[in-house]
Amino acid sequence: MSAAAPVRAKRVLPGFTLTLGTTMLYLTVIVLIPVLALILKGAEIGPARFWGIVTAPRTLAAIRITMTAAAIATVINALYGLLMAWVLVRHDFPGKRLLDALMDIPFALPTAVAGLSLTALYSANGWFGAPLEAAGIQVVYTIWGIVLAMTFTSIPFVVRSVQSVLEDLDPALEDAAFTLGAGPWTTFRRVVFPAILPAWLGGIATSFARSLGEFGAVVFIAGNLPFKTEIASLLAFIRLEEYDYAGAAAIALVLMVFALALLLVSNLIQIWASRHAGGPR
Amino acid sequence: MNRRTGARPLLIGLAVLLTAILVVAPLVFIFVQALSQGWAVYAKNILDPLTLHAIWLTAAVAVVVVPATVAFGIAASWALAKFSFPGRGVLATLIEIPFSVSPIIAGICYLLLYGRQGLLGGWLAEHDIAILFALPGIILVTMFVTAPFVVREVLPLMRAQGSDQEQAAVTLGASGWQLFRRVTLPNIRWALLYGAVLATARAVGEFGGVAVVSGNVRGQTNTLPLHVELLFNDLNAVGAFAAATTLTLIALVALVVKAVLEGRR
Repeated sequence: MSAAAPVRAKRVLPGFTLTLGTTMLYLTVIVLIPVLALILKGAEIGPARFWGIVTAPRTLAAIRITMTAAAIATVINALYGLLMAWVLVRHDFPGKRLLDALMDIPFALPTAVAGLSLTALYSANGWFGAPLEAAGIQVVYTIWGIVLAMTFTSIPFVVRSVQSVLEDLDPALEDAAFTLGAGPWTTFRRVVFPAILPAWLGGIATSFARSLGEFGAVVFIAGNLPFKTEIASLLAFIRLEEYDYAGAAAIALVLMVFALALLLVSNLIQIWASRHAGGPR
Repeated sequence: MNRRTGARPLLIGLAVLLTAILVVAPLVFIFVQALSQGWAVYAKNILDPLTLHAIWLTAAVAVVVVPATVAFGIAASWALAKFSFPGRGVLATLIEIPFSVSPIIAGICYLLLYGRQGLLGGWLAEHDIAILFALPGIILVTMFVTAPFVVREVLPLMRAQGSDQEQAAVTLGASGWQLFRRVTLPNIRWALLYGAVLATARAVGEFGGVAVVSGNVRGQTNTLPLHVELLFNDLNAVGAFAAATTLTLIALVALVVKAVLEGRR
């Protein structure tokens, strides 16, 4: 490693080999080897059979349902998250700290518990289910149930991501725009929104990724009917229970590629944002 | 600010209303349902031997996983924040994988590695080592899921603080361990504790990954979230909600700790 020699000369602090070695070992054993196992098993299937599994009508339906529900949930969270971030940063009112703390509930609460509670809440004799069913709207065991579960479990992403940027944004800019004759809407659209746009998009990307992968909350509320309310990760789980390891591996591999692509997009947005802001935050 | 008065009550009202529907109602409903048949039934549900076993198993998993996650978090943050080396950006991204990959996929990865059809399955069976459908599998998959939790809190802080204090201590002759304990640890302790709290909440509540590798044997490999699902599928909704309250309380304690720590920072 002669190339590393000049870097090594600058290392005043101890522990490089120890900490990097520990990190690499842990990451390899816990994360990388299992992920590699999935890739190798996926490669064993062979392209023709892989294509057959992924394009089977039931798989395609599950992917379509997962994508549609995740997209709707993400739109809801994009708007709700923007509203919450704005209210929590730019307004002062009694109970604000409590409202802020509530934003972390969906991360802290186990998804199975969230799924259990949402199912009971929106079923025919629940607080919200009773009036909704009287109005002819069924949530539980339909795609709306899936949307609801995905929305709940990914609430914090957009809020937290926009909130941190908005806190750093000087309100004097908005006051200046207002003094120059811009109305509140114009000020928001022309001054605030461009500044928070990268954070908003980053939050949206992670929110969508989380919704695509959500399992615990969804299986309770979805009813899990093939072609109707069966999500892709559940189909992979069902394939495992049928000892169809190739089927499970193929579906899991497709989902993992989606997830890693979204991770890449979200990292690219961050890089783009830090260039636009003139340096890393 | 006069200009904000028009939209202000409307926006705050909308924010409170939506949060009440989306977040508060599901949270309150857990306790309402668990206590719907009175405290006596609630106590009986919680003290059910299978529920107690699930609580014990879940605690055992957290006791192993959280210290491992903390140790990994400290090591990775130290390596990434204090040194520059080729591939540092790639390493930071690899650590984030568990955060973006669905836990159910993590479970499938483990099954394809350690399962009977898996890469190491034959060797493990020959040597009579049980990883899947047993405690080691549950622990490993939970370690996968929680891996980024401490790094994510500690690394940005270490980066922001720089290495000036540590370099001064080294110049003054501090050993590696003294350096960490007396200089670095006091600087990162709240972020570290916060990461540990988040990792605990996640380890205790993990469902998808554990569902794949545990085999779900009642009274043996059934963690608390899996037990909640079993009771729900048994149509014992009140029992499921009672078991869920323990998990909910852990989540609420985690949030209170977080609020306290943020006040200190």
